[in-house]
Amino acid sequence: MALTWQEARITAAAPETARVRRLTLAVGWSRPFRAGQHVDVRLTAPDGYQAQRSYSIASSPMQAETIDLLIERLDDGEVSGFFSDVAEPGDAIELRGPIGGAFVWDSGAGGPLLLVGGGSGVVPLLSMLRHRAEAAPGVPALLLYSARTRGEVIARDELMRRDAEEPEFRLRLALTRETGGRRIDADTIGEALAALGTPAHAFVCGANPFVSAIADLLVEAGLPPRTIRTERFGG
Amino acid sequence: MVTRGFTGRRPARPDAERLPPGQYLTEDFPVLQLGPTPKIDLARWRFTLREGSKPLKSWSWAEFEALPRTRWKGDIHCVTKWSKFDTAWEGVTIDDLLAAAGIAAPTAYLLAEGYDDYTTNVPVADLTGAKAMVATRYAGEPIPPDHGGPARLLVPHLYFWKSAKWVKGLRFTQKDEAGFWELRGYHMVGDPWREQRFTGD
Ligand SMILES: Cc1cc2nc3c(=O)[nH]c(=O)nc-3n(C[C@H](O)[C@H](O)[C@H](O)COP(=O)(O)OP(=O)(O)OC[C@H]3O[C@@H](n4cnc5c(N)ncnc54)[C@H](O)[C@@H]3O)c2cc1C
Repeated sequence: MALTWQEARITAAAPETARVRRLTLAVGWSRPFRAGQHVDVRLTAPDGYQAQRSYSIASSPMQAETIDLLIERLDDGEVSGFFSDVAEPGDAIELRGPIGGAFVWDSGAGGPLLLVGGGSGVVPLLSMLRHRAEAAPGVPALLLYSARTRGEVIARDELMRRDAEEPEFRLRLALTRETGGRRIDADTIGEALAALGTPAHAFVCGANPFVSAIADLLVEAGLPPRTIRTERFGG
Repeated sequence: MVTRGFTGRRPARPDAERLPPGQYLTEDFPVLQLGPTPKIDLARWRFTLREGSKPLKSWSWAEFEALPRTRWKGDIHCVTKWSKFDTAWEGVTIDDLLAAAGIAAPTAYLLAEGYDDYTTNVPVADLTGAKAMVATRYAGEPIPPDHGGPARLLVPHLYFWKSAKWVKGLRFTQKDEAGFWELRGYHMVGDPWREQRFTGD
Protein backbone atom coordinates (compact mmCIF):
# COMPACT_ATOMS: atom_id res chain seq x y z
CA MET A 1 0.00 0.00 0.00
CA ALA A 2 1.47 3.32 -1.06
CA LEU A 3 2.01 6.07 1.48
CA THR A 4 0.72 9.23 -0.16
CA TRP A 5 1.39 12.79 0.90
CA GLN A 6 -1.62 14.52 2.36
CA GLU A 7 -2.34 18.00 3.64
CA ALA A 8 -3.11 17.99 7.34
CA ARG A 9 -4.39 21.09 9.08
CA ILE A 10 -2.98 22.15 12.44
CA THR A 11 -5.98 22.31 14.76
CA ALA A 12 -4.17 23.25 17.98
CA ALA A 13 -0.71 24.25 19.20
CA ALA A 14 0.47 24.74 22.77
CA PRO A 15 3.73 24.74 24.73
CA GLU A 16 4.41 21.37 26.38
CA THR A 17 7.65 22.45 28.09
CA ALA A 18 9.90 25.46 27.53
CA ARG A 19 11.55 23.68 24.57
CA VAL A 20 8.82 21.39 23.33
CA ARG A 21 5.66 22.39 21.49
CA ARG A 22 2.61 20.21 21.02
CA LEU A 23 0.90 20.36 17.62
CA THR A 24 -2.40 18.66 16.87
CA LEU A 25 -3.00 17.77 13.23
CA ALA A 26 -6.20 16.62 11.56
CA VAL A 27 -5.21 13.55 9.57
CA GLY A 28 -8.53 11.78 9.15
CA TRP A 29 -6.87 8.41 8.60
CA SER A 30 -9.23 5.58 7.81
CA ARG A 31 -7.20 3.03 9.78
CA PRO A 32 -5.73 3.57 13.25
CA PHE A 33 -1.94 3.84 13.48
CA ARG A 34 0.06 1.65 15.87
CA ALA A 35 1.54 3.08 19.06
CA GLY A 36 5.21 3.88 18.38
CA GLN A 37 4.82 4.85 14.72
CA HIS A 38 5.84 8.18 13.21
CA VAL A 39 4.94 10.48 10.33
CA ASP A 40 7.13 12.23 7.77
CA VAL A 41 6.48 15.92 7.25
CA ARG A 42 7.52 17.91 4.21
CA LEU A 43 7.85 21.69 4.21
CA THR A 44 8.05 23.65 0.95
CA ALA A 45 9.49 27.16 0.49
CA PRO A 46 8.09 29.57 -2.12
CA ASP A 47 10.94 28.70 -4.55
CA GLY A 48 10.18 24.98 -4.32
CA TYR A 49 12.95 24.07 -1.88
CA GLN A 50 11.77 21.28 0.46
CA ALA A 51 12.82 19.82 3.80
CA GLN A 52 11.58 16.52 5.23
CA ARG A 53 11.80 15.20 8.78
CA SER A 54 10.24 12.41 10.86
CA TYR A 55 8.16 12.94 14.02
CA SER A 56 6.76 10.29 16.32
CA ILE A 57 3.07 10.29 17.18
CA ALA A 58 2.47 11.07 20.87
CA SER A 59 -1.29 10.56 21.00
CA SER A 60 -3.15 7.31 21.50
CA PRO A 61 -4.15 5.27 18.45
CA MET A 62 -7.68 5.45 19.86
CA GLN A 63 -7.75 9.25 19.50
CA ALA A 64 -9.69 9.44 16.24
CA GLU A 65 -9.16 11.94 13.41
CA THR A 66 -6.20 13.84 14.89
CA ILE A 67 -2.64 13.10 15.99
CA ASP A 68 -0.43 14.99 18.42
CA LEU A 69 3.23 15.67 17.68
CA LEU A 70 5.67 16.93 20.32
CA ILE A 71 8.49 18.81 18.68
CA GLU A 72 11.60 19.92 20.52
CA ARG A 73 13.28 23.11 19.36
CA LEU A 74 16.92 22.52 18.44
CA ASP A 75 19.38 25.37 18.11
CA ASP A 76 19.47 26.32 14.41
CA GLY A 77 16.95 23.57 13.74
CA GLU A 78 15.58 24.07 10.26
CA VAL A 79 12.33 22.17 10.72
CA SER A 80 11.94 22.12 14.51
CA GLY A 81 12.52 25.90 14.47
CA PHE A 82 9.68 26.31 11.98
CA PHE A 83 7.32 24.24 14.12
CA SER A 84 8.37 26.10 17.27
CA ASP A 85 8.13 29.67 15.97
CA VAL A 86 6.14 29.86 12.75
CA ALA A 87 3.48 27.13 12.46
CA GLU A 88 0.04 28.10 13.82
CA PRO A 89 -3.43 26.56 13.97
CA GLY A 90 -5.11 26.80 10.59
CA ASP A 91 -1.87 26.12 8.66
CA ALA A 92 -1.76 23.08 6.38
CA ILE A 93 1.28 20.79 6.63
CA GLU A 94 2.16 18.07 4.15
CA LEU A 95 2.67 14.73 5.83
CA ARG A 96 2.51 11.03 5.21
CA GLY A 97 2.19 8.04 7.45
CA PRO A 98 1.78 6.20 9.66
CA ILE A 99 5.31 4.82 9.20
CA GLY A 100 7.27 2.11 10.98
CA GLY A 101 6.56 -1.51 11.81
CA ALA A 102 9.36 -2.45 14.21
CA PHE A 103 9.13 0.10 17.01
CA VAL A 104 5.46 -0.59 17.76
CA TRP A 105 3.52 -2.02 20.65
CA ASP A 106 -0.04 -3.32 20.26
CA SER A 107 -2.09 -4.04 23.36
CA GLY A 108 -2.35 -7.67 22.23
CA ALA A 109 1.42 -8.03 22.51
CA GLY A 110 1.07 -7.87 26.30
CA GLY A 111 3.85 -7.35 28.79
CA PRO A 112 5.56 -6.68 31.08
CA LEU A 113 6.47 -3.61 29.10
CA LEU A 114 9.69 -1.69 29.76
CA LEU A 115 9.94 1.77 28.21
CA VAL A 116 13.15 3.78 28.38
CA GLY A 117 13.19 7.30 26.97
CA GLY A 118 15.73 10.11 26.87
CA GLY A 119 14.49 13.68 26.33
CA SER A 120 12.04 13.92 23.42
CA GLY A 121 12.60 10.18 22.92
CA VAL A 122 9.72 9.72 25.32
CA VAL A 123 7.24 10.74 22.58
CA PRO A 124 6.48 7.33 20.99
CA LEU A 125 6.53 5.78 24.48
CA LEU A 126 3.76 8.18 25.53
CA SER A 127 1.60 6.84 22.74
CA MET A 128 2.26 3.30 23.99
CA LEU A 129 1.37 4.27 27.58
CA ARG A 130 -1.81 6.01 26.50
CA HIS A 131 -2.78 3.04 24.38
CA ARG A 132 -2.03 0.65 27.24
CA ALA A 133 -4.14 2.62 29.73
CA GLU A 134 -7.14 2.43 27.42
CA ALA A 135 -6.76 -1.01 25.91
CA ALA A 136 -4.75 -3.14 28.33
CA PRO A 137 -4.48 -1.49 31.77
CA GLY A 138 -3.63 -4.86 33.33
CA VAL A 139 -0.31 -5.06 31.46
CA PRO A 140 2.52 -4.16 33.87
CA ALA A 141 4.56 -1.27 32.50
CA LEU A 142 7.46 0.83 33.69
CA LEU A 143 8.74 4.04 32.13
CA LEU A 144 12.33 4.96 32.88
CA TYR A 145 12.64 8.52 31.64
CA SER A 146 15.82 10.55 31.56
CA ALA A 147 15.47 14.32 31.30
CA ARG A 148 17.82 17.12 32.23
CA THR A 149 15.56 18.92 34.68
CA ARG A 150 12.10 18.50 36.19
CA GLY A 151 10.89 21.37 33.99
CA GLU A 152 11.94 19.51 30.85
CA VAL A 153 9.89 16.41 31.65
CA ILE A 154 7.35 16.06 28.83
CA ALA A 155 3.77 15.26 29.95
CA ARG A 156 4.93 15.45 33.58
CA ASP A 157 1.50 15.93 35.16
CA GLU A 158 0.01 13.10 33.14
CA LEU A 159 2.86 10.74 33.97
CA MET A 160 2.69 11.54 37.70
CA ARG A 161 -1.07 11.04 37.66
CA ARG A 162 -0.75 7.69 35.86
CA ASP A 163 1.91 6.64 38.35
CA ALA A 164 -0.44 7.45 41.22
CA GLU A 165 -3.65 6.10 39.71
CA GLU A 166 -2.71 3.14 37.51
CA PRO A 167 -1.87 0.15 39.70
CA GLU A 168 0.22 -1.60 37.03
CA PHE A 169 2.19 1.46 35.87
CA ARG A 170 5.40 2.74 37.43
CA LEU A 171 7.31 5.91 36.60
CA ARG A 172 11.04 6.31 37.29
CA LEU A 173 12.51 9.72 36.49
CA ALA A 174 16.26 10.15 36.09
CA LEU A 175 16.95 13.89 36.18
CA THR A 176 20.54 14.37 35.10
CA ARG A 177 20.97 18.05 35.96
CA GLU A 178 19.06 18.31 39.24
CA THR A 179 20.95 18.17 42.52
CA GLY A 180 20.99 14.58 43.65
CA GLY A 181 20.01 13.63 40.09
CA ARG A 182 21.65 10.84 38.18
CA ARG A 183 22.03 9.20 34.82
CA ILE A 184 20.52 5.82 34.07
CA ASP A 185 23.13 3.20 34.96
CA ALA A 186 23.27 -0.53 35.67
CA ASP A 187 21.81 0.03 39.16
CA THR A 188 18.84 2.03 37.87
CA ILE A 189 18.17 -0.66 35.27
CA GLY A 190 18.48 -3.41 37.88
CA GLU A 191 16.04 -1.64 40.17
CA ALA A 192 13.56 -1.12 37.32
CA LEU A 193 13.73 -4.77 36.28
CA ALA A 194 13.23 -5.90 39.90
CA ALA A 195 10.12 -3.70 40.19
CA LEU A 196 8.66 -4.69 36.82
CA GLY A 197 9.69 -8.31 36.39
CA THR A 198 11.38 -9.55 33.23
CA PRO A 199 9.94 -7.53 30.34
CA ALA A 200 8.48 -9.32 27.35
CA HIS A 201 9.10 -6.15 25.36
CA ALA A 202 11.54 -3.31 25.89
CA PHE A 203 11.47 -0.09 23.84
CA VAL A 204 14.31 2.42 23.98
CA CYS A 205 14.13 5.81 22.29
CA GLY A 206 16.19 9.00 22.29
CA ALA A 207 19.39 10.42 20.87
CA ASN A 208 22.01 8.07 19.45
CA PRO A 209 24.43 7.83 22.39
CA PHE A 210 21.56 7.41 24.86
CA VAL A 211 20.00 4.55 22.91
CA SER A 212 23.34 2.77 22.42
CA ALA A 213 24.17 3.03 26.13
CA ILE A 214 20.75 1.83 27.33
CA ALA A 215 20.49 -1.02 24.83
CA ASP A 216 23.91 -2.27 25.98
CA LEU A 217 22.86 -2.02 29.64
CA LEU A 218 19.70 -4.02 28.95
CA VAL A 219 21.65 -6.76 27.18
CA GLU A 220 24.15 -6.83 30.04
CA ALA A 221 21.23 -7.14 32.47
CA GLY A 222 20.30 -10.35 30.66
CA LEU A 223 17.42 -9.32 28.41
CA PRO A 224 17.33 -11.32 25.17
CA PRO A 225 18.37 -8.89 22.38
CA ARG A 226 15.36 -9.73 20.23
CA THR A 227 13.00 -8.42 22.94
CA ILE A 228 14.63 -4.96 22.74
CA ARG A 229 13.55 -2.46 20.09
CA THR A 230 15.29 0.86 19.54
CA GLU A 231 14.43 4.13 17.82
CA ARG A 232 17.02 6.88 17.34
CA PHE A 233 16.08 10.49 16.76
CA GLY A 234 19.57 11.60 15.73
CA GLY A 235 21.90 13.85 17.71
CA MET B 1 2.08 23.07 -1.80
CA VAL B 2 4.00 26.03 -0.33
CA THR B 3 4.13 25.90 3.46
CA ARG B 4 3.15 29.27 4.91
CA GLY B 5 6.12 31.02 6.51
CA PHE B 6 8.74 28.38 5.64
CA THR B 7 11.91 29.69 4.05
CA GLY B 8 14.32 26.88 4.91
CA ARG B 9 18.04 26.75 5.29
CA ARG B 10 19.37 25.70 1.92
CA PRO B 11 22.57 23.75 1.59
CA ALA B 12 25.32 25.40 -0.48
CA ARG B 13 25.01 24.80 -4.20
CA PRO B 14 27.54 21.97 -4.75
CA ASP B 15 26.16 20.15 -1.69
CA ALA B 16 22.59 20.55 -2.92
CA GLU B 17 23.44 18.81 -6.19
CA ARG B 18 24.87 15.84 -4.33
CA LEU B 19 21.79 15.46 -2.12
CA PRO B 20 18.98 13.14 -3.31
CA PRO B 21 15.44 14.55 -2.88
CA GLY B 22 14.26 14.92 0.72
CA GLN B 23 17.75 14.36 2.19
CA TYR B 24 19.86 16.70 4.32
CA LEU B 25 23.59 16.72 4.89
CA THR B 26 25.01 15.64 8.23
CA GLU B 27 28.57 15.80 9.47
CA ASP B 28 28.19 13.14 12.17
CA PHE B 29 27.44 9.50 11.54
CA PRO B 30 23.97 8.69 12.91
CA VAL B 31 22.96 5.10 13.62
CA LEU B 32 19.89 3.25 12.42
CA GLN B 33 19.09 -0.22 13.71
CA LEU B 34 16.12 -1.94 15.22
CA GLY B 35 17.68 -3.34 18.36
CA PRO B 36 20.85 -3.56 20.40
CA THR B 37 24.29 -3.90 18.85
CA PRO B 38 25.21 -7.61 18.87
CA LYS B 39 28.49 -8.73 20.44
CA ILE B 40 30.41 -10.63 17.80
CA ASP B 41 33.45 -12.78 18.56
CA LEU B 42 35.90 -12.66 15.63
CA ALA B 43 37.16 -16.14 16.56
CA ARG B 44 33.68 -17.50 15.75
CA TRP B 45 32.72 -15.09 12.98
CA ARG B 46 31.94 -16.65 9.62
CA PHE B 47 30.68 -15.30 6.35
CA THR B 48 28.65 -17.72 4.25
CA LEU B 49 27.18 -17.70 0.76
CA ARG B 50 24.09 -19.87 0.47
CA GLU B 51 21.59 -20.86 -2.16
CA GLY B 52 18.38 -21.29 -0.21
CA SER B 53 19.55 -23.29 2.81
CA LYS B 54 22.49 -24.92 0.99
CA PRO B 55 25.91 -23.44 1.88
CA LEU B 56 28.01 -22.66 -1.19
CA LYS B 57 31.12 -21.24 0.47
CA SER B 58 32.11 -20.03 3.90
CA TRP B 59 35.05 -18.00 5.24
CA SER B 60 36.52 -17.50 8.71
CA TRP B 61 37.63 -13.98 9.68
CA ALA B 62 41.28 -14.73 8.84
CA GLU B 63 40.31 -16.24 5.48
CA PHE B 64 38.05 -13.29 4.74
CA GLU B 65 40.75 -10.77 5.58
CA ALA B 66 43.05 -12.52 3.08
CA LEU B 67 40.66 -11.91 0.13
CA PRO B 68 41.44 -9.17 -2.41
CA ARG B 69 40.53 -5.77 -0.99
CA THR B 70 38.97 -2.71 -2.58
CA ARG B 71 38.60 0.85 -1.35
CA TRP B 72 35.56 3.01 -2.04
CA LYS B 73 34.90 6.62 -1.15
CA GLY B 74 31.60 8.40 -1.66
CA ASP B 75 28.22 9.49 -0.32
CA ILE B 76 25.71 7.44 1.67
CA HIS B 77 21.99 8.13 2.15
CA CYS B 78 19.77 6.92 5.00
CA VAL B 79 15.99 6.67 4.59
CA THR B 80 15.63 8.59 7.89
CA LYS B 81 16.74 11.60 5.73
CA TRP B 82 20.42 12.12 6.51
CA SER B 83 23.13 11.87 3.92
CA LYS B 84 26.84 11.81 4.63
CA PHE B 85 29.44 12.76 2.03
CA ASP B 86 32.87 11.30 1.27
CA THR B 87 32.73 8.24 3.51
CA ALA B 88 35.72 5.91 3.04
CA TRP B 89 35.30 2.15 3.20
CA GLU B 90 37.45 -0.89 2.51
CA GLY B 91 36.39 -4.47 1.98
CA VAL B 92 35.79 -7.26 -0.49
CA THR B 93 33.62 -6.59 -3.53
CA ILE B 94 30.83 -9.03 -4.30
CA ASP B 95 32.59 -9.75 -7.61
CA ASP B 96 35.73 -10.79 -5.73
CA LEU B 97 33.69 -12.87 -3.27
CA LEU B 98 32.02 -14.80 -6.07
CA ALA B 99 35.38 -15.26 -7.83
CA ALA B 100 36.97 -16.52 -4.60
CA ALA B 101 34.07 -18.94 -4.19
CA GLY B 102 34.59 -20.05 -7.79
CA ILE B 103 30.94 -19.55 -8.70
CA ALA B 104 28.67 -17.31 -10.68
CA ALA B 105 25.62 -15.96 -8.88
CA PRO B 106 23.17 -18.92 -8.95
CA THR B 107 20.05 -16.70 -8.99
CA ALA B 108 19.25 -13.05 -9.72
CA TYR B 109 18.19 -12.15 -6.16
CA LEU B 110 19.47 -12.50 -2.64
CA LEU B 111 18.85 -11.63 0.99
CA ALA B 112 21.69 -10.21 3.05
CA GLU B 113 21.51 -11.67 6.55
CA GLY B 114 22.85 -10.13 9.75
CA TYR B 115 23.99 -11.64 13.05
CA ASP B 116 20.99 -9.85 14.60
CA ASP B 117 18.58 -11.82 12.34
CA TYR B 118 18.07 -8.72 10.19
CA THR B 119 17.51 -9.37 6.50
CA THR B 120 17.28 -7.13 3.45
CA ASN B 121 16.80 -8.02 -0.21
CA VAL B 122 19.02 -6.79 -3.03
CA PRO B 123 19.03 -7.88 -6.67
CA VAL B 124 22.37 -9.40 -7.65
CA ALA B 125 22.63 -6.83 -10.46
CA ASP B 126 22.80 -4.10 -7.79
CA LEU B 127 25.77 -5.82 -6.13
CA THR B 128 28.03 -6.99 -8.95
CA GLY B 129 30.03 -4.78 -11.31
CA ALA B 130 31.91 -3.15 -8.39
CA LYS B 131 28.67 -1.65 -7.06
CA ALA B 132 28.89 -3.21 -3.57
CA MET B 133 31.21 -4.81 -1.06
CA VAL B 134 31.34 -6.51 2.29
CA ALA B 135 33.20 -3.78 4.16
CA THR B 136 35.45 -4.43 7.14
CA ARG B 137 37.08 -1.00 7.49
CA TYR B 138 35.70 2.52 7.77
CA ALA B 139 37.92 5.62 7.56
CA GLY B 140 40.97 3.40 7.77
CA GLU B 141 39.93 1.62 11.00
CA PRO B 142 37.95 -1.52 11.83
CA ILE B 143 34.24 -0.65 11.58
CA PRO B 144 32.92 0.24 15.07
CA PRO B 145 30.17 -2.16 16.28
CA ASP B 146 27.49 0.58 16.21
CA HIS B 147 28.20 1.07 12.53
CA GLY B 148 27.96 -2.61 11.71
CA GLY B 149 31.42 -4.01 12.46
CA PRO B 150 33.15 -6.35 12.16
CA ALA B 151 31.64 -6.56 8.65
CA ARG B 152 28.70 -4.90 6.93
CA LEU B 153 27.31 -4.90 3.45
CA LEU B 154 27.92 -1.63 1.60
CA VAL B 155 25.55 -0.83 -1.28
CA PRO B 156 26.02 2.93 -1.40
CA HIS B 157 23.77 3.64 -4.39
CA LEU B 158 20.72 2.41 -2.43
CA TYR B 159 19.24 3.71 0.86
CA PHE B 160 21.47 2.56 3.67
CA TRP B 161 19.05 0.05 5.20
CA LYS B 162 20.11 -2.19 2.28
CA SER B 163 23.68 -2.09 3.63
CA ALA B 164 23.01 -4.74 6.28
CA LYS B 165 25.06 -4.35 9.45
CA TRP B 166 26.86 -7.27 11.16
CA VAL B 167 26.41 -9.22 7.98
CA LYS B 168 26.91 -12.98 8.28
CA GLY B 169 26.11 -14.00 4.75
CA LEU B 170 24.25 -13.67 1.49
CA ARG B 171 21.43 -16.07 0.69
CA PHE B 172 20.52 -16.39 -3.00
CA THR B 173 16.78 -16.68 -3.59
CA GLN B 174 14.73 -17.74 -6.62
CA LYS B 175 12.64 -14.57 -6.52
CA ASP B 176 12.90 -11.12 -4.97
CA GLU B 177 11.88 -11.88 -1.35
CA ALA B 178 11.14 -8.99 1.02
CA GLY B 179 13.49 -8.54 3.98
CA PHE B 180 12.80 -7.06 7.42
CA TRP B 181 11.94 -3.46 6.48
CA GLU B 182 10.58 -4.40 3.07
CA LEU B 183 7.96 -6.55 4.84
CA ARG B 184 7.05 -3.46 6.86
CA GLY B 185 6.23 -1.12 4.00
CA TYR B 186 9.66 -0.01 2.86
CA HIS B 187 10.51 -0.10 -0.84
CA MET B 188 11.81 -3.29 -2.49
CA VAL B 189 14.51 -1.36 -4.42
CA GLY B 190 15.27 1.77 -2.37
CA ASP B 191 16.95 4.09 -4.90
CA PRO B 192 17.47 7.45 -3.13
CA TRP B 193 17.63 9.40 -6.42
CA ARG B 194 14.11 8.18 -7.23
CA GLU B 195 13.12 8.67 -3.59
CA GLN B 196 11.94 5.07 -3.26
CA ARG B 197 11.39 5.14 0.50
CA PHE B 198 8.12 3.23 0.80
CA THR B 199 6.12 0.71 -1.21
CA GLY B 200 4.57 2.56 -4.12
CA ASP B 201 7.06 5.48 -4.15
C1 LIG C 1 11.80 8.10 13.53
C2 LIG C 1 12.08 9.47 14.09
C3 LIG C 1 11.18 10.05 14.98
C4 LIG C 1 11.42 11.33 15.51
N1 LIG C 1 10.52 11.85 16.39
C5 LIG C 1 10.75 13.07 16.93
C6 LIG C 1 9.82 13.63 17.88
O1 LIG C 1 8.81 13.01 18.23
N2 LIG C 1 10.09 14.87 18.41
C7 LIG C 1 11.22 15.57 18.04
O2 LIG C 1 11.40 16.69 18.54
N3 LIG C 1 12.11 15.06 17.14
C8 LIG C 1 11.90 13.82 16.58
N4 LIG C 1 12.80 13.32 15.66
C9 LIG C 1 13.92 14.16 15.22
C10 LIG C 1 13.47 15.04 14.04
O3 LIG C 1 13.19 14.21 12.91
C11 LIG C 1 14.53 16.05 13.57
O4 LIG C 1 15.75 15.38 13.40
C12 LIG C 1 14.73 17.18 14.55
O5 LIG C 1 13.50 17.88 14.74
C13 LIG C 1 15.80 18.14 14.05
O6 LIG C 1 15.44 18.68 12.79
P1 LIG C 1 15.79 20.20 12.48
O7 LIG C 1 15.49 20.44 11.04
O8 LIG C 1 15.14 21.11 13.47
O9 LIG C 1 17.34 20.28 12.76
P2 LIG C 1 18.53 20.39 11.68
O10 LIG C 1 18.44 21.74 11.04
O11 LIG C 1 18.51 19.20 10.83
O12 LIG C 1 19.78 20.33 12.66
C14 LIG C 1 20.11 21.41 13.56
C15 LIG C 1 21.23 20.98 14.50
O13 LIG C 1 20.78 19.98 15.41
C16 LIG C 1 21.49 18.75 15.25
N5 LIG C 1 20.49 17.69 15.38
C17 LIG C 1 19.67 17.20 14.40
N6 LIG C 1 18.80 16.30 14.88
C18 LIG C 1 19.07 16.21 16.21
C19 LIG C 1 18.49 15.47 17.26
N7 LIG C 1 17.45 14.64 17.07
N8 LIG C 1 19.02 15.61 18.52
C20 LIG C 1 20.05 16.48 18.74
N9 LIG C 1 20.62 17.22 17.78
C21 LIG C 1 20.14 17.09 16.53
C22 LIG C 1 22.12 18.83 13.91
O14 LIG C 1 23.31 18.06 13.84
C23 LIG C 1 22.39 20.33 13.76
O15 LIG C 1 23.57 20.70 14.43
C24 LIG C 1 12.59 12.04 15.15
C25 LIG C 1 13.49 11.45 14.25
C26 LIG C 1 13.26 10.18 13.73
C27 LIG C 1 14.27 9.58 12.79
